[in-house]
Amino acid sequence: MGLREDRVDMRKCIQFLLGDELVVLDRIDPTMTVLDWLRGPARLIGTKEGCNEGDCGACTVVIARPAGNKLEYRAVNACIQFVGTLDGCQLITVEHLKSNDGALHPVQQALVDFHGSQCGFCTPGFVMSLFALVHQGKDRPATNDALAGNLCRCTGYASIAAAAEAVLAKFKGDAFAEQAEATLARLKALEDGASIIVGDGARMFHAPANLEDLASLYEANPDATIIAGSTDVGLWVTKAMRRLDRVIWIGRVKELHDIHETESALEIGAGVTHTDAMGPLAALYPDMGEIWRRFASVQVRNTGTVGGNIANGSPIGDGSPTLIAAGASIRLRKGKTTRTMPLEEFFIAYGKQDRAQGEFVEALIVPKPASGTAFRAYKISKRFDQDISAVLGAFSLRFDGGKIIDARIAFGGMAATPKRAKKAEQALIGNALDRSAVIAAQQALAEDFKPISDMRASAAYRLKVAQNLLERLRLELTEPVVATRLVGNTELAHA
Amino acid sequence: MLDSPAKKHAKKMAARISGGVHVSRAHDSAHRHVAGEALYIDDLPEPAGLVHIVLGLSEKPHAKLKSINLDAVRASPEVVAVLTASDVPGINDISPTHRHDEPILAEHLVEYVGQPIFAVVARTREAARRAAKLVRIDYEELPFALDVEAARPSGKLVTDPLTLARGDAAAGLTKAPRRLKGRMEIGGQDHFYLESHIAMAIPGEDDEVTVYSSTQHPSEVQHMVAVALGVASNAVTVEVRRMGGGFGGKETQSNQFAAIAAIVAKKLNVAAKLRLDRDDDMVITGKRHDFVVDYDVGFDDQGVIQAVDMVYAARCGFSSDLSGPVTDRALFHADNCYYFPDVRLRSLPLKTNTVSNTAYRGFGGPQGMVGGERVIEEIAFALKLDPLEVRRRNFYRDGDRDVTPYHQKVEDNIAKLIVDRLAASCDYEKRRAAIREFNRTSPILKRGLALTPVKFGISFTATWYNQAGALVHVYQDGSIHLNHGGTEMGQGLNTKVAQVVAEEFQVDFENVRITATHTGKVPNTSATAASSGTDLNGMAAQAAARTIKDRLINFACEKWKVASDQVVFLPNRVRVGDTEMPFKALIKEAYMARVSLSSTGFYKTPEVHWNRATGSGRPFYYYAYGAACSEAIIDTLTGESIIDRVDILHDCGKSLNPAIDIGQIVGGFVQGMGWLTTEELVWDDSGRLRTHAPSTYKIPACSDRPRILNVALLEDVENREPTIFRSKAVGEPPFMLAISALQAISDAVACVGDHQIFPALDSPATPERVLAAVDRVRLARSGG
Repeated sequence: MGLREDRVDMRKCIQFLLGDELVVLDRIDPTMTVLDWLRGPARLIGTKEGCNEGDCGACTVVIARPAGNKLEYRAVNACIQFVGTLDGCQLITVEHLKSNDGALHPVQQALVDFHGSQCGFCTPGFVMSLFALVHQGKDRPATNDALAGNLCRCTGYASIAAAAEAVLAKFKGDAFAEQAEATLARLKALEDGASIIVGDGARMFHAPANLEDLASLYEANPDATIIAGSTDVGLWVTKAMRRLDRVIWIGRVKELHDIHETESALEIGAGVTHTDAMGPLAALYPDMGEIWRRFASVQVRNTGTVGGNIANGSPIGDGSPTLIAAGASIRLRKGKTTRTMPLEEFFIAYGKQDRAQGEFVEALIVPKPASGTAFRAYKISKRFDQDISAVLGAFSLRFDGGKIIDARIAFGGMAATPKRAKKAEQALIGNALDRSAVIAAQQALAEDFKPISDMRASAAYRLKVAQNLLERLRLELTEPVVATRLVGNTELAHA
Repeated sequence: MLDSPAKKHAKKMAARISGGVHVSRAHDSAHRHVAGEALYIDDLPEPAGLVHIVLGLSEKPHAKLKSINLDAVRASPEVVAVLTASDVPGINDISPTHRHDEPILAEHLVEYVGQPIFAVVARTREAARRAAKLVRIDYEELPFALDVEAARPSGKLVTDPLTLARGDAAAGLTKAPRRLKGRMEIGGQDHFYLESHIAMAIPGEDDEVTVYSSTQHPSEVQHMVAVALGVASNAVTVEVRRMGGGFGGKETQSNQFAAIAAIVAKKLNVAAKLRLDRDDDMVITGKRHDFVVDYDVGFDDQGVIQAVDMVYAARCGFSSDLSGPVTDRALFHADNCYYFPDVRLRSLPLKTNTVSNTAYRGFGGPQGMVGGERVIEEIAFALKLDPLEVRRRNFYRDGDRDVTPYHQKVEDNIAKLIVDRLAASCDYEKRRAAIREFNRTSPILKRGLALTPVKFGISFTATWYNQAGALVHVYQDGSIHLNHGGTEMGQGLNTKVAQVVAEEFQVDFENVRITATHTGKVPNTSATAASSGTDLNGMAAQAAARTIKDRLINFACEKWKVASDQVVFLPNRVRVGDTEMPFKALIKEAYMARVSLSSTGFYKTPEVHWNRATGSGRPFYYYAYGAACSEAIIDTLTGESIIDRVDILHDCGKSLNPAIDIGQIVGGFVQGMGWLTTEELVWDDSGRLRTHAPSTYKIPACSDRPRILNVALLEDVENREPTIFRSKAVGEPPFMLAISALQAISDAVACVGDHQIFPALDSPATPERVLAAVDRVRLARSGG
């Protein structure tokens, strides 16, 4: 077993607040989703299933967790999150928002006032995304970014966005804010630091509380499935109908949640969510902020982790090529042994990574940019927000005296794995970033990659646009008057 | 806070009721939507013992079913039963046009990947889903055609094609000073209603069954369930309170799932629910037809069209479904706002081995109009004119240029008025100049502008569909129960009809209870479709209310000995002679005097008629108009685009509810924009739909809506026809305003060739298609 189940500090239930009611579950299916639990046993049917894959947001609920001496409210997709991962949080659904006297919450009222619902099926999800948004204070994302994970087919969004702006402008607080201190105290009281094991022996949910427990548990059970936000694994269950008998959730492993800054690098624990990683990454490489702003949706970024996006080995994840270009490395751990390798070496072939049985991703090390480095990353997809990239190109060029002395170029969507464009890099090194160097690099790119055609784009488009991104890069680094970007913080183009 | 009695009284005596007609009242369910309290079918309490149904689907686009081995499915845990075609007690067909080409469950032959073959019934939905995967089917594969070009050589059609002709197109083309030919591909579209298809059936006594169905057409579901069960329609009751979106996708597509749920419920004598997983919904159910349009047009040096010959070939899928009327409507809208002197328009409803395409907002009209507007755009290019100028030169004009290709006279033409007003309010000329300047100085990002009008015919072309019924009860306490044959899918139909009833009785909106559409209350209803919901059901409800009102007036005349003009319905009260009494006091008196306080109401649209054989008649009672100006910006390195600003002026006649109408306009525009930009359906070579979930099929997200969006309703122009309070239908027409977005992108592409090379941009204008157009234009410009 690796971990003795009868250890005295082992907890055999999960516990959380549903609204303000304490829920203790000692028999859970390890892969039952929060949505199925809400609509089934809890009989809270306000939360809707639109797609069951975390892409439409109709099932959005809010999870509040202690963050220091505050509560942090985060919108998540209930359809792909497992119920065990609720441990220690306050789960807030659309049913909890009305005040005791039946009055609508300000975000609900604003949606009524601005005619923000038509068929109403997506509306509870929008309500909850907006609820999280109004509770986020000054650092909250822009409305479009906050709502990118909520699809509405009826309204065309204008009325919803108007409601959002209006409520943000005048939101003064609500019953949740008034109760925040008490809720915080209740949640802190639940936090016992215990590792959790729940299940019937055949189907188990584990939530180790520290790295040591995780390592020994996984070493002993290498067939287990490790999850953080389960934004990918959730679909194995809801769409591929895979039966996962042993799930290990790393959400309670304290050591994996740190972002540690050294003189030369940022070390991001495998359990750090995209939401938490976004700011520090953007501070080092502003264009990473742009990539992560368009990375899936708020709901996915709030639970999914940078480590998970890499560990699952997807050829189309946006994290890997971006971090490869920045020269990141990955630290793996098995039992007590760790090893570190350049991130690009982790990806061996489609669906295959350099990870041994029982070994897991512990951290990512992202170096700070060396002096003279220019970093750009571009995501190309059919839809700007919440879409999987057709092509993602990331470029790190180091200049000395107008000449490129080092180049790291990586692409997603161009091969079976996230991959460096070594020939294109060689074509640039030693040259100034001028038209002829770009043309040479574009030609080299055709040797670096033989992309495939699929529903996102044809092979020809992928190659063409990848080549054109080299020209965009040149314009941004050498011709500051030329506008090159349609969306996002366009000032970063020539920064 | 409670009002004082005096304040209460003052409110009661208010000059106007709350929520009458022409008022922006919130959707009747808005407060329930936001609280998660609006109930959809999956939210209803489940009867004890309810079983869940999951469908087993074809993996081949065209094949004989040699054998189906269901042993492992049946042996799977918690499976209760597995049904195949042989378990259908009645007729195994749900063709809405009775062509017997659409089985409920495939029997010997499958004709598309995703066609339902068997139904697994289990105690849990998850168990049924797991079990369905265990089937082993032996197929004998047959040749297949997936798209228009593959289907064209065989010429297999799913239904009779239509030709609309006036004058002599061939002769007109020959003698026209200029002529051009072209081809355009127009993509399909998935409805992506947020609530996927669902039906729950509850068995009753003898042969009775009640079905809760997410459908736009409860009467057809009732009929189809009855036919499938082999029982009379009076044994089947269908109810729908609301859908989580429809857009045409629940006009006929609900039949299959309702029928299967009812068959299971009756066979096992237990409640049964069939709720489709999103991916299954997208794979199994029909979509907007994609078209290939070939055009041949003759025009003069001023850009005035002389003759038009067009063929609209559609991918209809494996069965007829509604492809006949859909492809008809495409032809009806090829002209949009323009007069074609000599014209021939032909449809080609091709049979393909794909899902059977179906109704979708606009019902072929958008595809027809996109083709027509493409012709205008290309003429403008040929003559180096602004497309808006070519549009103006070709508008219908009263007197000499006012007959459509289907021989209906355009009598209510306000296209020019709308276009002129919009061109002024959106600063068209000035912005055109500013864009030219921007493009001169911006080598990579390019802007484009387009202003396109819409004229959309209102009425079902199936003339008998233009009827509706309603049922109104007034209870002894004065509260009103409203029921009608239309269905609520978010469009605000129930709100508008309740406004009509409130207005008729002069009572506050809150006094009118809107109730679920129910085949037992109002029978023989038409689909809530063709934008007709309010036009038809509003009139029917008004008729019912007026019947009751007339009885009340007669009663008051007799009782208080006054003339009928002495009985006046004032807000929440009635004046009889010199006395005023609260509405409910009159009702109580009427009840005590044994006056019937319940009535049905009926309406049929006057004047419409249509002869498909001759291609002539008056299929449309009136037209709804609108215009939009879109400004696009594209990236010529990547093909990415955004629609940055949109100005809309739209005609709702005298709007019943401006807020709801604007909601339809904005929602329709953005949905149309999605169709023409990011929404791409991709089938692979083996006939599998690869875009069957929101991860791969991209409808507009919040940030895709135009950054600047100015929407106005046309003021001071009411419907010339006596429609319900002189309003106009609004469900579909605004969808086509988005054609301006496609043409704005095309305009931006054109500037890379100095507007000398026609971009011929097909839809959807994905980044890939835009970049290909940019490169094509560049290459042609450089003489390559």
